[in-house]
Amino acid sequence: MISKIRRYACVALLLTTFGLTVPAFSAGTGLVFVSNEKTHNITVLDPKDYSIVKWIETSRRPRDMRFNNDNTLLYVACGDDDVIDVIDVATLEVVDHIPTGPSPEVFYFSPDDSLIYVSNEENSSLQIIDVAEKVIVGEISTGAEPEGVVVSDDGKTVYVTSEVADMVHVIDAETQTLTDNIIVGTRPRRFVLTPDGQELWVSDELSGEVSIIDRATNQVTHTLQFLPPGFRQVDVTPVGMEITKDGSTVYVTLGRANHIASVDAASKEIKEYVLVGSRAWGVALSPDENTMYVTNGLSDDVSIIDVPSMKVTQSIPVGRVPHTVRIDG
Amino acid sequence: MLMGYVELADDPRYDEDRAEAEIPVRPLGRPFDATAVGISDAEQIGKVIGVDFAIERKSGQNIEELIAATQAWSEQGVGFILADLPAPQLLELADALIDRDMMIFNVAAPEDALRGESCRENVIHVIPSYTMLADALVQYLAFRNWRKILVLQGPLEGDAQMVAAVERAAQRFGAQIVEVRPFQLTNDPRQREQSNVALVTSDADYDVVFVADTDGEFARYVPYATQLPRPVVGAAGLVPSAWHWSWERHGAPQLNSRFEKAAGRRMAGEDWAAWTAIKAVVQSVLRSKSTDFQPVKDYLLGERLTIDGFKGNPLSVRSWDHQIRQPILLTVGNAVIARAPLEGFLHQTNELDTLGVDEPETACQF
Repeated sequence: MISKIRRYACVALLLTTFGLTVPAFSAGTGLVFVSNEKTHNITVLDPKDYSIVKWIETSRRPRDMRFNNDNTLLYVACGDDDVIDVIDVATLEVVDHIPTGPSPEVFYFSPDDSLIYVSNEENSSLQIIDVAEKVIVGEISTGAEPEGVVVSDDGKTVYVTSEVADMVHVIDAETQTLTDNIIVGTRPRRFVLTPDGQELWVSDELSGEVSIIDRATNQVTHTLQFLPPGFRQVDVTPVGMEITKDGSTVYVTLGRANHIASVDAASKEIKEYVLVGSRAWGVALSPDENTMYVTNGLSDDVSIIDVPSMKVTQSIPVGRVPHTVRIDG
Repeated sequence: MLMGYVELADDPRYDEDRAEAEIPVRPLGRPFDATAVGISDAEQIGKVIGVDFAIERKSGQNIEELIAATQAWSEQGVGFILADLPAPQLLELADALIDRDMMIFNVAAPEDALRGESCRENVIHVIPSYTMLADALVQYLAFRNWRKILVLQGPLEGDAQMVAAVERAAQRFGAQIVEVRPFQLTNDPRQREQSNVALVTSDADYDVVFVADTDGEFARYVPYATQLPRPVVGAAGLVPSAWHWSWERHGAPQLNSRFEKAAGRRMAGEDWAAWTAIKAVVQSVLRSKSTDFQPVKDYLLGERLTIDGFKGNPLSVRSWDHQIRQPILLTVGNAVIARAPLEGFLHQTNELDTLGVDEPETACQF
């Protein structure tokens, strides 16, 4: 009950704020948000001409970002201040902070936005945070250095990688217990779930692979290896992934190999490699899926790819060590 | 699955006063401290594959005691041993165990001969050799175009080996040794030509001063004391190392913080080597799906091994001398200035093999 009252109070406060300031952009405008780990800010790009709309100062070391379901708020995990900052998408201001355990990196919401599952690499745990109450309501031990987190669409299963233990932990969301572990490649990082809910893709940074897990059996059914022209296996360090809405194509950033790969999700065939900037990491598609944004952690810029032609059209300088890119759409 | 760890109780390399001084070429403490982190990192993997990884430490007064301990382990089926030993004792241990199903990880002896003419088939070298360290450093000097090197050489055997390594590196990467001058750590005024840093660095034209000082005490006082205003490298100033507590990339802050919690001090190269040795065994058990000696050893020495050493590149074992190929960090007191191999130093199969003795040049014959 108390939480509801607080939530209403919070909404009322936000409404008042909106009343006083004319929002520069309404939701769903395709604004591009890039978190910069070392400059402690977020670069907001206008999708029309890629001009910088705003630099949003955040808590220290912003990394993963997620929108709530209606895209009114953007949550940003800030590793060096142990908080998740909350940004009002309409005003582009930080409006709230949610305390976490030490060094939050990657997180995911429950389907109703009420819970945040966040990997906590210092404590080697997955923490569960009640968003309204801002309290940690659960904590599950993982292998050392948990990283990628994803929640199934039905909210029943949480997956988290352990970079050091080379495995994916399968967690029952209701009972908050570990139900299975799946050994994958070396240094597993991020996930995508296919829209049909059947497959879970995991990027294995150090072995240069993507492991594809059948969710029904928790078995690795395919292992993809990447080798862009002119590179060696040891240079290929896949991290970020993005899947098209129809589930037909997965884009994988290849880190030090400075390329992204596009993979046909049905046949698991690698269709194409595109050269981007140095240590390609984060990736996101525009709402119409015609434009792709890739963060390059070592060249401090974002590569913009025209998807129909799969050509890089521009590189936009952002802050130092860009980590994640998300698009309001 | 039990692993063993051997060390000498009285090992002058771990003199506490010297560790306290944080001399960069010396360990900051016993590398055994890092095994706790390695074992705890392996706990989750162990649970999933049903293997209980553990390590037992034997600290001996002499090598005979340690040989007896490892032979007893061998009877119990222990196959993998971490050795924190000086080079001569490491060779004695390797020879004593040569007919057994045992593999030794060298975590603290950088001598090149161990990877060359005195190599042993049952030793894997985790700690980089003098040659790898010198190659890393000279790559950086060449990259910066600081190509004229004045070398100061101490009186110890290790110092001569460091000099040999830097001479070889200079030839490989296009630098030039201007002169090799001896130094002595003494206050004797009759020796001042060799003990006074300004005097020993005068009357020469150089871009950098390389100090070959495995003891490290003389080197401490060389920066800012040279006759010409030039950077100091080697055993002081810019120091090549397997690891540094200030390394920030590739997950290093988390490893450093786990180590500091466990050991109560900062992590250095030998610690990294001990941690990596455990990681290599665990990774080989996981991927070979066995705890038997032969399959684990085959995986360890095979081409598919990819150890995550938190230095970026996947690590594996060189077939020709059993050295673990790895990036080297170029460090100053509280920062890592560069990571070798530097960009532009190319190799036909793996850039990491630009550091150290490559297959065609090896003197090792198993």
